[in-house]
This record gives sequence, C-alpha cells and structure tokens, in this order.
Amino acid sequence: MVSNAPSPPQERATRPGEGPPRRPRTAARRPGLRNSRGDRATLALMLGVPALLVVCLVWLPAMATVVLSFTRWDGIGGLETIEWVGTQHYTDAFTIYPPFEPALRNNLVWLVALFAVPTVLGMFLAVLLDRELRGGPVYQSIFYMPVVLSLALVGFIWQLIYSRDQGLLNAFLAVVADVPPVDWFGDSDINLYAVLVAAGWRHTGYIMLLYLAGLKAVDPSLREAAAIDGAGPVRTFTRVVFPALLPINLVVLVVTVIDALRAFDIVWIINRGRNGLELISALVTSNVIGEASRVGFGSALAVIMLVISLVFIIVYVSTMLRGAYR
Amino acid sequence: MHHRPVGPPGLRRRTLLRGLAGAGTLLALPGLAGCGAGGRGDPNTVTMASNRANPAQREAVGESVGNFEAASGLAVEVNTFQSTAFQESINNYLQGTPDDVIGWFAGYRMRFFAERGLVSDVSEVWDRHFKDAFTDQVRDLCTADDGKQYMVPDSTAPWAVFHRRSLFEQNGYEVPATREEFVELCGRMRGDGLDPLASGLREGWPAMGMFDHLNLRLNGPEFHLELLNGDHSWDSPEVRSVFGAWAELLPHHQPDPLGRGINEAQTALVRREAGMMLCGMFITHSFPEEDLDDLDCFTFPEFDPAIGADTVEAPIDGFMLSGDPRNPEGARELVGHMGTLESQEIYTAIDPQALPVHTEADTSGFSALDAKVNDMVAGAGALTQYMDRDTRPDFASVVMIPALQRFVRQPDDIADLTATIQRQKASIFGH
Repeated sequence: MVSNAPSPPQERATRPGEGPPRRPRTAARRPGLRNSRGDRATLALMLGVPALLVVCLVWLPAMATVVLSFTRWDGIGGLETIEWVGTQHYTDAFTIYPPFEPALRNNLVWLVALFAVPTVLGMFLAVLLDRELRGGPVYQSIFYMPVVLSLALVGFIWQLIYSRDQGLLNAFLAVVADVPPVDWFGDSDINLYAVLVAAGWRHTGYIMLLYLAGLKAVDPSLREAAAIDGAGPVRTFTRVVFPALLPINLVVLVVTVIDALRAFDIVWIINRGRNGLELISALVTSNVIGEASRVGFGSALAVIMLVISLVFIIVYVSTMLRGAYR
Repeated sequence: MHHRPVGPPGLRRRTLLRGLAGAGTLLALPGLAGCGAGGRGDPNTVTMASNRANPAQREAVGESVGNFEAASGLAVEVNTFQSTAFQESINNYLQGTPDDVIGWFAGYRMRFFAERGLVSDVSEVWDRHFKDAFTDQVRDLCTADDGKQYMVPDSTAPWAVFHRRSLFEQNGYEVPATREEFVELCGRMRGDGLDPLASGLREGWPAMGMFDHLNLRLNGPEFHLELLNGDHSWDSPEVRSVFGAWAELLPHHQPDPLGRGINEAQTALVRREAGMMLCGMFITHSFPEEDLDDLDCFTFPEFDPAIGADTVEAPIDGFMLSGDPRNPEGARELVGHMGTLESQEIYTAIDPQALPVHTEADTSGFSALDAKVNDMVAGAGALTQYMDRDTRPDFASVVMIPALQRFVRQPDDIADLTATIQRQKASIFGH
C-alpha cells in the first residue's frame, strides 16, 4: 500500500522498501531528472526507514489482527496455545453480542450527526470569518480552542456540566424552568446526543479552520466575476466558491468519517462505552485491552471496523490518485 | 493529526497515513503494556510491584517494607502502579519481566495465573510461617486447584450496607435483619424524603455488588462460586429469582443510577440525602475524617432463612511470587514478611479501608466500625470475593456489566436477559 502511493517522478527510481538500488532502471530514466547516487541513497533512506517503521508498527499488527480474529487466545502463553475457531467470533458479534448492534448504529448516528451539525456550522463560521471582520482572530481562537483540548479533558469538562446531581446544566434548568433533574449520562435514549454535543463542539472548530484555509485559497477574481454577473452572496457561495472548494470538501469528508469511526475517548471517559454509548472502538478496547484479553473476539470487532474504514479510504485514495494524475 | 493545515495533495495523503497510523496504534496497544523493571539478579535486592497507589496505601506499604529491609539487610525496590492500570496490563506484565513480589487479589484471579505458571508456589512459606495464622477460608482463597498456595494474604476490604448512625438514631430506624424489614425500612425512608439506597452504576462494576449479595442470600455461597465458575446455566430459575428480588428493590434505589458515578452516590450518603449504601469498605475514603465516627454498617439482610445471612463478600488482597523471581530467596522472605501479624497491623492501621486477615490480629485499637466489620468476617460462614474477582475477567467486564446495566434500565424482561447472558457465557466458557 505504502509503496503504491503516487510519488513524484524523481522518487520513482527509489521506491520505499526496496532499499538503495544498485542500478538505476533503464526504461524509467528521463533526462534532466536523474539523481546522483548520493541523492538516491539519501532519498531511499529517508523514505525507506519510515516506510519500514510504518509497515512493522502498523501494517504487520493490522494483519496479525486479521489472523487473530479467527482464533481464541487469552494473550497468555506462546503462540502454540492459540486455538482456531474459524469465523465463530464474527458470528457471535452479529448474533449474541448485545452491544454490537447499538455500536454500529451509534457510529452511524455519530457520523450523520457530525455531518449534519458541526460540519455545516464550521463551514458557516468559516464563511463569516472569511469576511475579515474586526476581531476575526479572536473569534477564530475561541472556536478553535476546543480542538486543542484533548477529548479526555473535554469529557471531564462535560461531566461537570452533565452530572445529574451536581451538574451545571441541571442546576441551571432547575432555576430557570423548574425542570426535574435529567439523567444526561445515564438515560440511554439521550446520552448519545448529550455526548455528541460535546464532541461536535470540538469538531466545529476543526472544520471551521479547514474551510477557512480553503476559502483563503479561492481566487478572489472568481467572486468578482460572480458579483459582476449579478450573483448574490448566497448564490456566489453555492455556485462558485463551494465547487472551487472541492479538495477541501474531500478532506472534510474523510476527516469527518475517520473522526466518527475513531470516536472513542469521550465515551470511554464517561462510562467505558456502555449503556447507550456503545461505539465499535470502545468495544474493541474493552475486549482486547485489560485483563479481559478476549484477543480473538476483540480482533474480529477491530477487523469489522477496519473494513468499514477501508471502504471510505479506498474511495478517498482513488479520488486523490485521479486528481494527482490529471 | 487534527491541527494540520490544508496543503497540496501530498500533505493530504500524509494526513491520511497518519489517520491509518492512529487506527493502527489502537490495534497495537496491548503490545505496549509491558512495564517491568530490567533484570538484575542482585542477591541483595528484591523488587516488588505494588498496586496500592493511593497516598495512605503507599505510606503503609513503605513502612512495612522498611521494617523488612531493616530486619533482613536486603534492599527492596518498590514499583507502585495505579491499581486499575495495573489490572489492565497484568497479563502482559506477568509475561514480561515482572518484579519478584507482586501485589494482587485472592481467589479466581490468582488461580488463573497459578494455572498458567505465571506465579510461583509459596506453600513452603505458608508451612513455615502461617500454619495457624489464617482461617481455612482464607487459606482456600489463596490455594490453586493443585492444592498449593500461591499468595500470602495481608488485608481485606469487606462489603456491607453502610449508613450514618446519627441519621438512624434521629429517625428511629432499626437495623433490618430480614427481607421484609429491609423493604419496610426502605419504604419508611422514602416516606421521610430520603433515597433509601444510594446507587451509582455509571462505571458498571458497582452494579455487581447488589447482584452478588442477593445471589448469596437467595442461593448461597456455593451456588455463587459455581455459577461464576461457569458450572451452571445463567438462564435458570435461581438467577431469575435474583433479578426478581432486585426488581423489587429497584424503586428504592436512588433514581437514575446509570448516570451517576459511585463517588457521587457515596456523596449522597455523606450529605444525608440517601439512607443506606451497599458498598465496600473503600467508602471510608470518601467520608470526611470528622464524620468517620458516624459511619456505621450492618450485614446485608437475610432473604431466605434456609440460607441465612452469614456469607460476607470480603475481597482479600495479598502478595504473589512471580514465576521466575530473580532473587527467589529474598522474594520468599519478603512475601512471608508481608503476611506477618506485625506487617498486617502496620498496614491496616494506616490504610483506612483495610482490615487484617491474620487470626491473631489485635483488635483493641480498632474503631467501632472496623471492629464490627472484623467480627462480621470472623463469624462468616463463607467468604466470597466479589463477582469480578470470582469469575473470568472477560465474562465479568464484557458480558455482565452491560447485562446488569440493561437490567437496571429495563427490569421487566428478565427472561430475555438471562437467556442473553447464557448465550454469551456458553461462548466464552466454551460450554
């Protein structure tokens, strides 16, 4: 996968993972782009070492996960204690493991919700901030601030807000509207949405920044042309600016999908991803990590997550590749 | 990976690869958990891993170990780990280069490692020092299926129903001894505007306490152990009766327990908003020191006269010897020392949640609460360890916690719940 990544022509003679080439390939040589022996060695080293690290630390464990998902192993003892169970873990996950189905659903809700609110809101804020109003950087910092905080810390902050007995929100509601205390974290019908507010708060700032960078890169003459043609601000944005943002939109798409799939820390902090907050990543963790060590079953869940991610990643990579060769 | 500004396509590819790396790290995490000290083999040093990390516990371990160093002339290197983190990494830890002496739990959780040869037999230490030092029950809890001991126990933090003495006196409440009295008392408390039973189940594991106690009172300790050992079906009338009894008590629990952390529930007891709480002795940590005198407890009431109420859930902690200690002689001495009367008394005097398990422990200096709990343990017909210490950790955390939380959420479909548990139990236990 790594070595298939498109690389500029001069890198092509030294594909990562092959080590320093003894002899340049004859057919691929093009005049003017030839690297000296030293350049080639340096390039091979600079790409080869990271590639090797990524293969060893990411790709091999990922493949081991696939293999382990067909076994039963408690993580203790040598490899000879591994017992092959075929696809039992996959069957179990889909049939007798109650948290699995809510986890799939919650991941999907998470994805849709991230697109529906924080992404749109982030884009909207970016458009506003792009108008260079006074105090722009201040607003920008305010909205971006949550991104810098780790989700674990965000989780803690929201615990102070959402706690049923001592939380800020219930105290406020009681004073303002005399509402009985709401169990924001414990009621499995609402806790996912309560948490999504916390996660979305953060995602908004991130998306805003991405779009802001994208908007700055849009050629001003496009907008001028649209204005001369008589388009209002909304029409200019939807018909001219937004299509010009295609690369950013793709990035936002992928970032949001990956964020939704990797969502983990905030639910883990709150209740270990149970009781309405099930997410696949939390299920993988609670099975594999810790004393439980249901390595095989947890791996099967991880593989399911990997397959879902791969669908999006393949779409993204192929789009990018088409763009790169155009 | 989130702070990367948007750049040319090359950069975006890198962002993507970073995303993959992040996903991969999640998968690779278990491999990173090994955390032992390097090998030395110095005959004058013994290393020890302690999972007792709060300040009082550190001080208590330090003092006990200091005495050992002075008496034996050996140097002890204590590595303290945060308890939950240690529990989560112990599988890898014991297979790496563990310290010579390791703090751990008695019962199933110890036998599991003994069977896999990850800890060493210490029956010789028992023969030498502890012939009559512990009750048979405690001895059994430190014994693996091969009949040998693999742990030297030092302290316990039993479970009971805790309450404020002043609140009971003020309202004229009597300590309930039977199910009827218990339910009646709950009703009276509600009439007085109290939440009868403080309950915080957000972390999941505290929910096991109520299941265990009802199971122990309705079906007895043998059934509890066999059930958790995987010998019985969970889809049985016995288990359903436990959930049935719990369903009857649920209205008396603090409302919305699933969103409340156990600390918040303890706070409700401290603030006199709740009348009682089924909890471990660790509740002493959350009571303000000046109020500790007011903390009282009673044993969970009897539900079936034929079973009685003399089983106490008393999780026992102790020390194990690693599978291949670098300093076997010194390590044996240290393990032996940690179980002596002197060490236990030093340790339990400092750590407020701990009671000594030594039969000759001097109880004269005990607080009224400690003395009462100590008598409960001494007079117990059987000692159990708590659900997550009496069964496979994967079953306890992956199956039972979600199941118990589901029960609290929807207490009306017990039959479907027990069937679900049984299907998962069969898959995990393999029968």
